[in-house]
Amino acid sequence: MPLPDLDRHDTFPKLLRHNAGARGNRPAMREKNLGIWQTFTWSEQAAEVRALACGFANLGLKRGDHISVIGENRPRLYWSIAAAQALGAIPVPVYQDSVANEMQFILEHASVKIVIAENQEQVDKVLSIKDRLPELHTIVYCDPRGLRDYTEAFLHHYDGVLAKGRDYDKVHDKFFDEQVDAGKGSDHAIMCYTSGTTGQPKGVVLTHRNCIKIGAMAIEFDKLSEKDDVLAYLPMAWVGDNLLSYGQSHIAGFCMACPESSETLLIDLRELGPTYFFAPPRIFETMLTSVMIRMEDAGRFKKWLFHTFLDHAKKVGERILDGKSVGLVDRIKYALGEICIYGPLKNMLGLSRMRIGYTAGEAIGPEIFVFFRALGINLKQAYGQTEASVFVTLQPDGEVRPDTVGKAAPGVELKVVEGGEVMYRSEGVFLEYYKNPDATASTKTPDGWVHTGDAGFIDDSGHLHIIDRAKDVGKLASGDLFAPKYLENKLKFFPNIREAVAVGDGRDFAAVMINIDADAMGNWAERRNIAYASYQELSALPAVYELMASHLAEMNAGLAKEPQMAASQIRRFLVLPKMLEADDGEMTRTQKVRRSAVATKYAPLIEGLYNGATSVYMEVEVTFEDGRRDIVKGNVPIWDVDAASGAMARAAE
Amino acid sequence: MAETAETLLTVENITLRFGGVKALTDVSFDIRKGEIRAIIGPNGAGKSSMLNCINGFYHPQEGRITYKGQTRKQMRPYEAASQGIARTFQNIALFRGMSVLDNVMTGRVLKMNSSLFEQAFFFGRARSEEIAHRAKAEEVIDFLEINAIRKTPVGRLPYGLQKRVELARALAAEPDLLLLDEPMAGMNVEEKEDMSRFILNVNAEFGTTIALIEHDMGVVMDLSDRVVVLNYGEKLADGTPDEVRSDQAVIDAYLGASH
Repeated sequence: MPLPDLDRHDTFPKLLRHNAGARGNRPAMREKNLGIWQTFTWSEQAAEVRALACGFANLGLKRGDHISVIGENRPRLYWSIAAAQALGAIPVPVYQDSVANEMQFILEHASVKIVIAENQEQVDKVLSIKDRLPELHTIVYCDPRGLRDYTEAFLHHYDGVLAKGRDYDKVHDKFFDEQVDAGKGSDHAIMCYTSGTTGQPKGVVLTHRNCIKIGAMAIEFDKLSEKDDVLAYLPMAWVGDNLLSYGQSHIAGFCMACPESSETLLIDLRELGPTYFFAPPRIFETMLTSVMIRMEDAGRFKKWLFHTFLDHAKKVGERILDGKSVGLVDRIKYALGEICIYGPLKNMLGLSRMRIGYTAGEAIGPEIFVFFRALGINLKQAYGQTEASVFVTLQPDGEVRPDTVGKAAPGVELKVVEGGEVMYRSEGVFLEYYKNPDATASTKTPDGWVHTGDAGFIDDSGHLHIIDRAKDVGKLASGDLFAPKYLENKLKFFPNIREAVAVGDGRDFAAVMINIDADAMGNWAERRNIAYASYQELSALPAVYELMASHLAEMNAGLAKEPQMAASQIRRFLVLPKMLEADDGEMTRTQKVRRSAVATKYAPLIEGLYNGATSVYMEVEVTFEDGRRDIVKGNVPIWDVDAASGAMARAAE
Repeated sequence: MAETAETLLTVENITLRFGGVKALTDVSFDIRKGEIRAIIGPNGAGKSSMLNCINGFYHPQEGRITYKGQTRKQMRPYEAASQGIARTFQNIALFRGMSVLDNVMTGRVLKMNSSLFEQAFFFGRARSEEIAHRAKAEEVIDFLEINAIRKTPVGRLPYGLQKRVELARALAAEPDLLLLDEPMAGMNVEEKEDMSRFILNVNAEFGTTIALIEHDMGVVMDLSDRVVVLNYGEKLADGTPDEVRSDQAVIDAYLGASH
């Protein structure tokens, strides 16, 4: 089925109305409720949104007002977005794990009038800051559990709002359609706050036209149709979820499913088997790690079978996927592997039906990338930004490589300017940063080009390579290029390293602080009968340091072969005694390291890396999930790595 | 709430002997509808024996138990269960090889009416019953937040979660009186907090009357409306947490008296 006329259906509410007519009985949304998948058709969804929009109007929501949705991916929250858009109000999704004062900034800055909260947890957070938000007049909650004793008059249950909306609709039966008709493509569709690796978050205003143009472009690029299925599990506050799940399902008419909870994600994935899947590298990494850990426990024959066919898949799988010529014997062996290993494995992971998969946000380890592609899964890389309505570059089928993020997407112009910064221009380019003209002016040029803030280069085949954030690219004291992210990504490709922070700008050499992966290293230690009581103790073990040193030696050997990077070989390192956490302000909510915050917090350790110390005493404050705080203290050993030979030597000796 | 409510269960002058050993001597107390009643005491005080008497597992030689207005001398666990008494055990008693969902479903067995024949071939009442009971079981699973382990065999779960599954099974029976035998034994602080929250929620949302045995005094004082203290099979004190805490006899039993 071709796409609808997007000039006529130029807003999401109009597209919803179109879908209710054109494919009213096809599934629009699925949700697992009490263990059973429930399906909502497009016509049911349209009726729900209609009633909800009337309910919001009844609560006093006006065109141009902002509403906020806070919670995990739930159909009711998506319907709230749709209902707000139908009235010409602008939804502002907020990360569900933000703490109250992070929330306050956004709700205050966007002058949010109504908050739609998933459950008691979110309601409590909003109530705790309600005094400081004079414009907020209503809170709507979806799940009533634990809220029965709340007596605040401005607190409404979703069902109540819906019921009032239905009554309102009966009296004002023209109201909803008039509101939808009044919407224009140039209206604000959604406002997403960028997580802000530096400073306060900025509200990126995207229009219906932005989202629809880019969404439709990507649908045509990958030939998506109403028959596809997606699992909407990434944070609703992230523009990617809004565009790929909500936006594209409205344009192409496919069905989006919401997982039961974040813990059941992998189970839900397996039950649903989405055809179109979007995940940060971390998810694929987790899958691969869990497969490999469980294979370790398998019998000898199974292990042999697994590794034999996996090696074969790595040899020919990608060539078969790309439609290149492969010998008959290899093809037969691959087909046999599909029956014995690849098929069951994909089924186990919920990837059997996956036609197109994207990974973006961070660099993905080549081994991980190749593993999934070798199994016959069309996993590709993309590069994008909130400011671009997601897509800037995409990897076309047949031109997929682990080291690039793809070519400029159709309709996107790309250039690299002085200093290595990547810039783009497209129909998806955001309107403005809300109430922040200075930031808008410094990011978006008058003729529509946007600074990405990322350093990269375009190679001869037109593929874009991203090295690092442009502002993070520095120089060593010797004047050689120092790209910390580039080094960190190489390290993070080792499955037992979860996070790494490289330092070296203006210094004599590059050094690194490592966060080990608790699961992988815990398993590793268990297999070697190494006893440990805590993450802190595990990370300080000499055996762990030895393993890390061997990884670094391997990496240095690789770096030595790259002329631009040879000078950035890691000379000294340490393993951090605690995980870097968003709750402690060390990472963003999208799990990116806040470099400056880490540098300040761990300044004594960085000092130790450069003053030759073999061990540094350190106290760090940690915040637990429930908000309590504690201090982690102890000595953090620092080891040397020999760059020249790659062999490791303990600093003290 | 507890002050005005009617009495659900009364225990009068219970004495339980195992041969020459007296486990309980002349113990009397009551449990009011809708309250959380704690039974505390040092090791060997007879707490578990008391629960076992209430749910009919032990038969006291002397004394009477009145439940829902009916006085009885002896009752089998089966009868107790069918009259709305559910319990969990100090040492987890789950079907280790079965999934969480199946274990929770066993809590519904007494509410099923279909015949063995119908169940074996899954037709007639068996089918509609299965659907209705599964819905109830899922409600409990959702309530206790164990959705992610629904299909996991119980034997593979960590201890704290097994305890929660056991609570789920007891709840699935929709009991009027829930007996919890050391629901937090062996748990870490976080697990204890979770469990406390669930116990309070069960009490508040379903109105279930709860009698619990617990060692952690902090937990007992926070959770319970009234506390009965046993020592060497005898009742030492009975009252609100504050009253019990300041009772000299209790302090002596717990902290050791100077003889």
